[in-house]
Amino acid sequence: MASIRELHQQLVSKERSCTEVTEAALAQIQQLEPKLHSFLAVTAEQALEQARQVDAQIAAGQPIGPLAGIPIGIKDNLCTQGIPTTCASRILQNFIPSYESTVTQKLQNAGAVMVGKTNLDEFAMGSSTENSAYQVTANPWDIERVPGGSSGGSAAAVAAGECVVALGSDTGGSIRLPASFCGVVGLKPTYGLVSRYGLVAFASSLDQIGPLAQSVEDAAILLGAIAGYDPQDSTSLNVAIPDYTQSLIPDIKGKRIGVIQETFGEGLDPVVEKTVQEAIQQLKDLGAEIKEVSCPRFRYGLPTYYIIAPSEASANLARYDGVKYGFRAEADNLLAMYKQTRSQGFGAEVKRRIMIGTYTLSAGYYDAYYLKAQKVRTLIKQDFEQAFEQVDVLVSPTAPTTAFKAGEKTTDPLTMYLSDLMTVPVNLAGLPSLSLPCGFDPQGLPIGLQMISNVLCEGILLQVAYAYEQATPWHKHSPQV
Amino acid sequence: MIIDADQVRKVAHLARLEITDTEAAQLTTQLTGILEYFEQLRELDVSDIAPTARAIDVSNITRPDELHPYPHPETFLVGAPNPEGDFFKVPQIINTQDVEP
Repeated sequence: MASIRELHQQLVSKERSCTEVTEAALAQIQQLEPKLHSFLAVTAEQALEQARQVDAQIAAGQPIGPLAGIPIGIKDNLCTQGIPTTCASRILQNFIPSYESTVTQKLQNAGAVMVGKTNLDEFAMGSSTENSAYQVTANPWDIERVPGGSSGGSAAAVAAGECVVALGSDTGGSIRLPASFCGVVGLKPTYGLVSRYGLVAFASSLDQIGPLAQSVEDAAILLGAIAGYDPQDSTSLNVAIPDYTQSLIPDIKGKRIGVIQETFGEGLDPVVEKTVQEAIQQLKDLGAEIKEVSCPRFRYGLPTYYIIAPSEASANLARYDGVKYGFRAEADNLLAMYKQTRSQGFGAEVKRRIMIGTYTLSAGYYDAYYLKAQKVRTLIKQDFEQAFEQVDVLVSPTAPTTAFKAGEKTTDPLTMYLSDLMTVPVNLAGLPSLSLPCGFDPQGLPIGLQMISNVLCEGILLQVAYAYEQATPWHKHSPQV
Repeated sequence: MIIDADQVRKVAHLARLEITDTEAAQLTTQLTGILEYFEQLRELDVSDIAPTARAIDVSNITRPDELHPYPHPETFLVGAPNPEGDFFKVPQIINTQDVEP
């Protein structure tokens, strides 16, 4: 699929109509969905209506913005007014939001064409999209393998050209991990940069919405469209939003790049290690100054995350009680109704995390688990702060391995959690981070390079990523589904 | 064992989840594994460390306490599992029998 900039040119020069672009995306979806299962719902009718409006604007000689007429996929944990929003959960199977999330409203206002709602791990809890109550999404590079999670539907859809860009959400790596597994760019912005009004909450101190795209430029354009202060989200940062496309300069001479030592070693696939080391050499060849940096508490990120996130989730998911919306199991008293609704409505992983969180917050265990984790979170944050005194950008592998086979890690939850080893510390510190393709393993599966920058330094992150991307061929490869 | 099946059942009740004996046994094994994994945090001395609740704290956000009538209240009731008039209907709350286990 063409880039946002190319499509915009085609639209304004009237080489193609927005209806034609939308129809092409819908045709691709129709052709690939029997294999991929990226979308929980395809919103063809609304998409074509939005396309007609953009076409009318162009015909009337009105100027259109860069995202007008661009087919986009939306993760199904973002509320879309009048369009079912399921979070890939049975408990929300009949839920039709009565309001629109801020990000999707902004995209609608920008003329972007939503083609559908993408699959995810139920309530964004998972690393493979296998926890969806409805369908398992396939990795476009090998349909026997998972796309990563939890934004697996968005990543697979972008990789396979079912849409140009997509929105995901990232609580512990849910944008970057699927981006790595599917060979696309995935960006988790600074905590608070993008409004979460209308994002179904998982872990509120960690959740952030961000773009998945085929290129750094597309990611930068989409980020610019969704970022910004929103009084509807009390964690929203009131900061000026720069034009991120101005950061797309293919020159990183003298930029200081730190390699997180703790991310290389035990548990890291040797092919991933070699490929990421080559990428670091490439950054050096481009003129960056490479430094070895230590974040000694990095490895404690995973246990810390798997205390904090389920704790917050157990509180956030208490609202699903079968009273006002969603699924209800009938029972003859209220307590039984609550219990049966939740037991039948939630899947195994969601229940497991509610159980972990309820336990770690319960009387007698709160100090030992939740409070302790919050203190370790401070240490992890300090490690990053010290690192950013020395460097502009940190790099690491995005994931310890390439995409694994469906079913391979579903029996042992802890094995699945280990996929998030490299990504979760970033969320604990609230930092911006992206994953971009940096090569392939011998089986042809994409490998992701993770880049991290300091709070609100999305610009330098995009600059380094763009320079690397322009100097390497990886983004030009597409999967043959 | 860090957690046993009885504790698992107690936690399930607190979380308003109903679990079968098979699920209780399975969750006991899985939660034990996960809680054992958390044990590595004991290696860190955090006695003088302040907790972080949010990485980037934005505090004391207020808004005027104004009433904004929602134009389409019926949209809330349309999706409700058991609406009646302007109400959400629920099963009997107060029972003659003690329903708590």
